[in-house]
Amino acid sequence: MKSIEELMAIKAKMQDKMSVRKAEGETRIVVGMATCGIAAGARPVLNAFVEDIAAEGLTDRVTVTQTGCIGICQYEPVVEVFEKDGQKTTYVKMTAEKAKEVVEKHIKGGKPVVEYTIGAAKL
Amino acid sequence: MDEFSLYVLDIVNNSTRAGARNIRIFLREEGDDLYFTVEDDGCGMSEEQLARLRDPFFTTRKTRKVGLGVPFLVMLAEMTGGWVKIASKQAAGEGEDHGTKLEAKFGLHHVDFLPLGDLCGTVTTLIQGAPDTDFLYLHTRGEKQVRLDTKELRQVLGDLSLAEPEVLAWIRENLAEQYEQMNQV
Ligand SMILES: Nc1ncnc2c1ncn2[C@@H]1O[C@H](COP(=O)(O)OP(=O)(O)O)[C@@H](O)[C@H]1O
Ligand SMILES: [Mg+2]
Repeated sequence: MKSIEELMAIKAKMQDKMSVRKAEGETRIVVGMATCGIAAGARPVLNAFVEDIAAEGLTDRVTVTQTGCIGICQYEPVVEVFEKDGQKTTYVKMTAEKAKEVVEKHIKGGKPVVEYTIGAAKL
Repeated sequence: MDEFSLYVLDIVNNSTRAGARNIRIFLREEGDDLYFTVEDDGCGMSEEQLARLRDPFFTTRKTRKVGLGVPFLVMLAEMTGGWVKIASKQAAGEGEDHGTKLEAKFGLHHVDFLPLGDLCGTVTTLIQGAPDTDFLYLHTRGEKQVRLDTKELRQVLGDLSLAEPEVLAWIRENLAEQYEQMNQV
């Protein structure tokens, strides 16, 4: 069983890392989690971002948060990426697989995945 | 929505959006019945809001004109021979208690009921979305239970956030192991 001792070990390990947090400024990944988003599959998308950002060791400069309805229900699951320079990219009809690609190409590589953006969806 | 756990996520999100500091989620299986209860200490609703809650055209959100969460839950409950009851209290003055209690019953083995789905995913998603809120989650089936209390975890974690991915992974695995034991015959 995942024990309290293991949780204590996580706590001890994280303590040192906490002080260096958020030094570089932040990129924010925001996932729409209202009824329409949840029904369309936002939960696995959110979890894919949370797990992938951690697996890639990006938690010190990228945060993943949830929001309510973004207002474009027909495009759910919707994800917005805000960069530290203020630039915003809106991804639509997301899946866990697409989320991994966005982390790889956009968050790590610096190039938005244009074919998953709202601009491409509207064409 | 094709899993019951997604209804739980959506309904409990109403409580976090109402500014609740403490949320208690109970799932209780009794024979053919499933009881689902959510208690929060959020802002509560007025009599008028409460009266209109089952109407899909009532919402206080600004981005969309329809509120679907509660009507969806009512539909699923009634389709499976159950019901939804909601009681709520807005704070009358400073320090007055306030909050909402939603209780629902579903026919667990009714043809129109859904798989329970990924309840572990729902609980971790709720905690990730509101890491400063305290959640008590208790799912009982006969003598067996799955239980998580974030107040207890916070005693270990101190000021370390529950939203840390390592902590969320621990929570998810802990719940999954509890469910494995519950599902053993
Ligand atoms: N636990 C709660 N506490 C306070 N207000 C609530 C709660 N649950 C629902 N409400 C109110 O009822 C409205 C409708 O809820 P819902 O049917 O889930 O649709 P939505 O969340 O999309 O607005 C909400 O916008 C909110 O004003
Ligand atoms: Mg809702």
